[in-house]
Amino acid sequence: MAKRERLSGNEAVAIALRQINPDVFPAFPITPSTEIPQYFSTFVANGQVDTEFIPVESEHSSMSAAMGAEAAGARSVTATSSCGMALMWEVLYVAASDRLPLALTLVNRTLTGPININCDHSDSMGARDSGWLQVYAENNQEAYDNMVMAYRIAEHKDVRLPIMVCQDGFITSHAVENIILEDDETVKNFVGEYEPEAYLLNEKQPMSLGPYAISDYCMEAKRAQAQAMHNAKQVILDVAKEYEAITGRHYGLFEEYRMEDAEYAVVIIGSAAGTAKDAVDALRSQGMKAGLIKLRVFRPFPGKELAEALKHVKRVAVMDRAESYSDQGGPLGAELMAAMYRNKNTADAINVLYGLGGRDVRVEHMEELYRQLERGDLPEGYSYMGLRE
Amino acid sequence: MEIKYNFRETMNKPERLAPGHRMCAGCGGTIAVRNVLRALHEGDKAVIGNATGCLEVSTFMYPYTSWEDSYIHNAFENAGATLSGVETAYRVLKKKGKIDSTYKFITFGGDGGTYDIGLQSLSGAMERNHDMVYVCYDNGAYMNTGTQRSSATPMYADTTTTPVGTKSIGKPQNRKDLTVIMAAHDIPYVAQTTFFQNFRDLHIKSEKAIYTPGAAFLNIMAPCPRGWHYETDDIMEICRLGVETRYWPLFEVENGKWTLNYEPKKPLPIEDFLIKQGRFKHLFKKGNEYLIEAFQKEVDRRWDELLKRCE
Repeated sequence: MAKRERLSGNEAVAIALRQINPDVFPAFPITPSTEIPQYFSTFVANGQVDTEFIPVESEHSSMSAAMGAEAAGARSVTATSSCGMALMWEVLYVAASDRLPLALTLVNRTLTGPININCDHSDSMGARDSGWLQVYAENNQEAYDNMVMAYRIAEHKDVRLPIMVCQDGFITSHAVENIILEDDETVKNFVGEYEPEAYLLNEKQPMSLGPYAISDYCMEAKRAQAQAMHNAKQVILDVAKEYEAITGRHYGLFEEYRMEDAEYAVVIIGSAAGTAKDAVDALRSQGMKAGLIKLRVFRPFPGKELAEALKHVKRVAVMDRAESYSDQGGPLGAELMAAMYRNKNTADAINVLYGLGGRDVRVEHMEELYRQLERGDLPEGYSYMGLRE
Repeated sequence: MEIKYNFRETMNKPERLAPGHRMCAGCGGTIAVRNVLRALHEGDKAVIGNATGCLEVSTFMYPYTSWEDSYIHNAFENAGATLSGVETAYRVLKKKGKIDSTYKFITFGGDGGTYDIGLQSLSGAMERNHDMVYVCYDNGAYMNTGTQRSSATPMYADTTTTPVGTKSIGKPQNRKDLTVIMAAHDIPYVAQTTFFQNFRDLHIKSEKAIYTPGAAFLNIMAPCPRGWHYETDDIMEICRLGVETRYWPLFEVENGKWTLNYEPKKPLPIEDFLIKQGRFKHLFKKGNEYLIEAFQKEVDRRWDELLKRCE
C-alpha cells in the first residue's frame, strides 16, 4: 500500500534508495546533498539495507569507487552537488564511455565563483555533454519517482548509461512537502535485480575495462554511446508507462501545462515550474492564453518533441538557471532554439536567465514575463530575471 | 606469515600478464607486474587495477588485452579509489552468495600516478583499509609522457622538465619518501623492494601484501631504460647497485613493526649506482664532485633514519 508522508526531497530520495537497496554507495559530504548519504548511513547502521557505504575522501573518489563497484557487477550510487560534481568531471565521461549504468543523485547547487550553497543548474548543465542521462524534478514527489525509475532506464540493454537524477538544492531538497511513497515491496519488484552481462567479478569470464583506443576505434565507441542516448528516449517513456500503471502518476519527457491552445509559453526546468504554473493559472483567469512546458529529461534532449509542442505558440520564453557565458544565453536556450529552427518552428523565442545562486523566483516575476511575451517586447540577445541592476 | 620461495617453481608458474604487449625491452614495470602476480596462489582469482600510464596503454590497447585476470583502468589519479569500489562490491556480492571464488585485488600505478596525482586517492583507499594491494612501480619520473620530473625523481636527475643546462644541475629537490608516508597510514603491511638476487624479496613481499588481510602498499623500484638511459640488459645490475649503495633499501613494516630485510656488508659508494645511468652523467663532469658528495650525504641520512625505525 502506498503511504502518504511529509518529507523533504533529500529524505524522499534517501527512502527511495533504501527501497532500491543498492549494493555500494560511496559518498563525500557537500551541501545540500549531504543529507542523502547521511540518512542512508543510518539505514546501513540499523541493518535496513544490504548496502556497503564507502566514506571516501573526495567526490573524485566517490565517483571512481562507484564506477569500480558498478564494473565489478554491483549496483552503485553516489550523491553530490556543485563543486563535488565539478571534481568528478573527468570520470563522469569515463563512466559513460565504460557504459556503467550507475546513478548519481544530484542536488543542484551553483558552481563556486563566488562560493554560494544555493540552487542553480550550473553543476549539471556543465556536465551536459558528459554522456550521462539527466532527469530533473519539480518537487520531492518527482525526485522520489525519478529515483525509483532511474535504474530501470540506465540498466536497460539498449541504454547502459549512467543516470543523473537531479533536484533543486534547498528549494526541493530541504523543503518538506506532502508525498506519496510506494511500499518497499512494490519498489523492489519494480526495480528488480541487477544482472549485468559483462562484469569484473564474473567467475566464468574475466573482463578488461577502460582500454586505450586509438583513432581506429575511438570514434565508433563514441558513436555507440550516442546511439544508446538516442535509444534512451523510448526506454524512459516505456519505464514511465509501467510506473504509471502501478502508481497512477504520469511522466513523460516533459510536462505540458495548459498548453492546448497556449499562445505564450514558458519552458523551464525544476522547482520554478511550480511557481510558473501559479502564474499561468492567474493569467488564464485574466484571459491570457498562457502555457508552460516543464522539461523533465534534458539528456537525451527531446528537441523534436519540444518543437512540436510549441508549434502553435506565438512567443516563447526559454528559461535557464545556468549561465554558459557564450554571450548568447544559457544551455536550454541554445538547444531548444536550435531544435525549433531545425523543426521549422518560427515562434519568437527569447532566452531568460533566472534564479542563479538561489535568487528567488516569484509568481509576479513569471506573470511579468508572460505579459512581456504578450506585448511582444522582446529583448535583444538574452535577458536576466530578478536581477538587481 | 611464513613464505617458502622456490625460484624455479615460481618462475614456471603460468604468466598472468600475457606476452605480446607493447612495453619496452628492459622495462622494469612489466618485470614488477609479472613477479607480483606470481605471488597469487593457484586457483585464486584477481581483479587488477591500473592507473593511466605506460603499463595501461601498452597492455590494453583495444581490442586486445594482455591481462589474464579481470582488469580495470579508470583514470590517472584514481586507481586507489576505483579498486576500493571493486573490492567493496566483492564483499557485498560474496555476502549475498552471488560469488563463490576467492578474489584478490591488486592495483598498479607508476610513481606519477602514485606519489603525485593519485596520492589522495591512494591515501583514502589505504586509510579505509580495503583488502587490496597498491603496487607502485617507481621509475622516478612521468615516463609515459616523456620523462618529466615527479616527486619520486631523485635529486639532480636530468629530466625533460628539469633539464641540465648552464644554470641547472637537474632536479633541485630531493625525492619524496612515499614508503615512509604509507607506513604512517598505520596499515597492516607496507614494504619496499626491487629486483634483487633471484626475486626472492619481491616475491615474499608480494605474497605477504596480497595475503595480509586489509590494505597493503608495495613500492618497487622499477627502472626505465628510456628515462634512466641505460643499456636494457643492465637493469638487474642497476637494481642490485641501488640496494648495495643503500639508495633503495629493502624493508617492510608489518603492523607497525619495521624490519630491514637486507643490510649490505660493504656498502658501495653512490657513484656506482649513478654512473650506469645517463640521467646522472652531468654529475661526473669535472667540478661537479660536490653534487655526488651531497647525494651520498642524503643517502646516508636516510639510511640512518631507517635504521632508527628498524631498531
